[in-house]
Amino acid sequence: MTDVIKIKKGLDISLKGGAFPEVQSASYTENYALCPTDFHGLIPRVLVKEGEQVLAGTPLVADKNKPEILFVSPLSGVVSAVKRGEKRRLLAIEIRADQKNAALSYPVRNPLDMDGVKVKEALLEAGLWPYIKRRPYDVIANPRVEPKAIFISAFDTAPLAPDYAFILKGQGHDFQTGLNALTKLTKGKVHLSIPAGSGSGELKNAQNVEIHRFEGPHPAGNVGVQINHIDPINKGETVWTVNALDVLFIGRFFNKGRVDFSRLVALTGPEVYEPRYYRCVAGIQLSALLKGNVHKEIPLRYISGNALTGTRVEMDDYLGAYDSQVTVLHEGTDVHEFAGWVMPRLNMFSMSKTYFTGLVQKICPRKQFDADTRILGGERALIMSGEYEKVFPMDILPEKLVRACITRDLEKMEELGIYEVAPEDFALCEYVCTSKVEVQKQVRTALDLLKAENGEE
Amino acid sequence: MKALRKLLDKIKPAFEKGGKLSMFHSVFDGFETFLFVPNRTSQSGTHIHDSIDSKRAMFVVVIALIPALLFGMFNVGYQHYLAIGQAAGFFQTFFWGALAVLPYIVVSYVVGLGIEFTIAQFRGEEIHEGFLVTGMLIPLIIPINTPLWMVALATAFAVIFVKEIFGGTGYNIFNVALMARAFLFFAYPSKMSGDSVWVSLKDYFGFGQEQATIDVYTGATPLGQAAIAGGDNLVLTGITGEPLSWWDTFLGLIPGSIGETSVLAILLGGILLIYTGIASWKIILSVFAGGAFMAILLNIFAVNPYMEMPFWEHWCLGGFAFGAFFMATDPVTASRTEKGKWIYGFLIGLLAILYRVLNPAYPEGMMLAILFMNIFAKFIDYLVVQNNIKKRLKRARIAQ
Repeated sequence: MTDVIKIKKGLDISLKGGAFPEVQSASYTENYALCPTDFHGLIPRVLVKEGEQVLAGTPLVADKNKPEILFVSPLSGVVSAVKRGEKRRLLAIEIRADQKNAALSYPVRNPLDMDGVKVKEALLEAGLWPYIKRRPYDVIANPRVEPKAIFISAFDTAPLAPDYAFILKGQGHDFQTGLNALTKLTKGKVHLSIPAGSGSGELKNAQNVEIHRFEGPHPAGNVGVQINHIDPINKGETVWTVNALDVLFIGRFFNKGRVDFSRLVALTGPEVYEPRYYRCVAGIQLSALLKGNVHKEIPLRYISGNALTGTRVEMDDYLGAYDSQVTVLHEGTDVHEFAGWVMPRLNMFSMSKTYFTGLVQKICPRKQFDADTRILGGERALIMSGEYEKVFPMDILPEKLVRACITRDLEKMEELGIYEVAPEDFALCEYVCTSKVEVQKQVRTALDLLKAENGEE
Repeated sequence: MKALRKLLDKIKPAFEKGGKLSMFHSVFDGFETFLFVPNRTSQSGTHIHDSIDSKRAMFVVVIALIPALLFGMFNVGYQHYLAIGQAAGFFQTFFWGALAVLPYIVVSYVVGLGIEFTIAQFRGEEIHEGFLVTGMLIPLIIPINTPLWMVALATAFAVIFVKEIFGGTGYNIFNVALMARAFLFFAYPSKMSGDSVWVSLKDYFGFGQEQATIDVYTGATPLGQAAIAGGDNLVLTGITGEPLSWWDTFLGLIPGSIGETSVLAILLGGILLIYTGIASWKIILSVFAGGAFMAILLNIFAVNPYMEMPFWEHWCLGGFAFGAFFMATDPVTASRTEKGKWIYGFLIGLLAILYRVLNPAYPEGMMLAILFMNIFAKFIDYLVVQNNIKKRLKRARIAQ
């Protein structure tokens, strides 16, 4: 057991609509989908045709560049549509689920008895590989390159984030099996980061991994921040990252001998009537969670994921592959706020002391704030300095790195540590930015550029 | 508010592309966003944004300048009635001062905003808020007797050649307001220093008069007196010839540029700037530290009374405090790295006192010190960045 790593910089954005710790089943739907757009940078090759019968675990799509990486159906049914967008870009493979829940079957195995190559093959075959991501670039891991280490974040500090300890409760066996499998994939260590003071037995008692305790505001739960504090990535090195909730998929696969993509999803946000957890399966159509549960009279923004890094979706879109959270916010296009920039805005959250958020929070510590998706200002050149630094707890100069990204200065980016970061690490910078710069977009573009430049697939 | 919103919605189409008044699009947009928060929503990245925007940030700086402005108005009146030897009540004094100062504010804003609006429209951009602060700073850092046309000229010069040709707010290298002052200082030196520019003698609607009547009358600022003082005695006096105490210089009822004299008023605004985090407390603190360091150094090697002046007196004289709080902290032209801010501020304080004491040609060193360090801010940042890069390289080498 190591010492607690204290994160000082950061910001906990307090919003209304956190999920109550109670679980309900999502209402029945037969609409599910696999969306290749959830996997950044993927060039998909479709393996099925419309009307084809599939089982849970049947490959639907393969990576064109690395055909061994498969993306599988979350449950059994019929391929109802292969949806394409502009330039025939593959958007979704829609599945009409039957209620049989039949799956491709595999032998039940203990990963500790297998060698690494076999574990890797099993994960690739079962379609679980896409849940392993890599840094640099924050894309699906390359199975042909062995990582220096694997990092797992077992908590989420983003606004209204689901409580991992609550979700993992009672699934310790699957979680441990998943961890065991991951230990076989690297000669280095597997690092599990848990919140300091966590009482969760599933997390505290995890075996075969190195446990690190973190304390502090968001982004302490971001795996990028944890890597930077535990064992930073140097140029030329690769690490893999897995979300603790996705480790469950891996564990269940080995324990049950079949894929099982069921998830607990936190439905959150100020516009949700009853924010709580829903039991469902990955790729579910979101209307099954949302219908009748949101304030309909105002324009709404549906987000698969959290309010900082999530993906904008519509009600009949599908749950993102990596997401265990859905957020619903007021869109705000109907709001005409008079002279907002001089008003006290007591009900709106701000890191800046030009507003009274800190004071309000001191008076009523449980105060939660409204938020809508307005940008709340005009885009400007970077004017204020020191803002990003306050919410960026890594040994990196965030503003300088963002500037290098904006100017597409590859050499500078490398020198300033671009290989260690993912766009999500800059989400808070984007949130607090007075000049409303689209920071995450800039970082993502820069990472893509760098990846192409380095000739990586 | 609803009626106003309706009116805006009604006339908006005329200002949009293809509309009759599309040539005023930026101006309309500027006024619209001034009145109503734009309801544009996030299309990429984070779905929520902090309530702060550049309007709010600039607004806070303007609020922070108000104590210095009000005090400046009062002091202008106070110096006037002192010079003409009349007793005047508080309100009369303030009223006279306000009449004298207001034209400068109007001229600075009209000229500056006029240019900003035009350029924004020309570029098809939104109007940037930077000039809201600059427009208030310029009147506060000039002597009260500066002719209005000079202020207009200096403002135009600064906005166009210091800011806009570099790309606008956020891209300028030099502090815009200070460059306006530097322009005046070098183009019209006789109007920017000496002993006849600091006390206004005018007649506004029968208030005040144009002739000084008191016997002992020197209009020079304390720093101006110090710069030309020879011999072994350095006694700084007010315009009536009464010696000034440290307390007088702190309160600020002394001749000087309009907004710079009262450290107390500056401090009031400064506390707001530091509390809200709009100005970097690191820069402010290190400017004062740098000034104290140099003053003590000069004390040690003192050969004349001016070099013996203790640092707390230096802090309260001239534009030192005003520069530290409002000029050095301009985030665009200051160092942008946290470590860099310490070095940047320290060197400003150090250079300001050095210029002030050892170079009699420039009675006030603050303006030149800040402009000089504006150039070096980027270099300081470069060193800090290189240090970070080196650390990363070293880590990589150890790992191999």
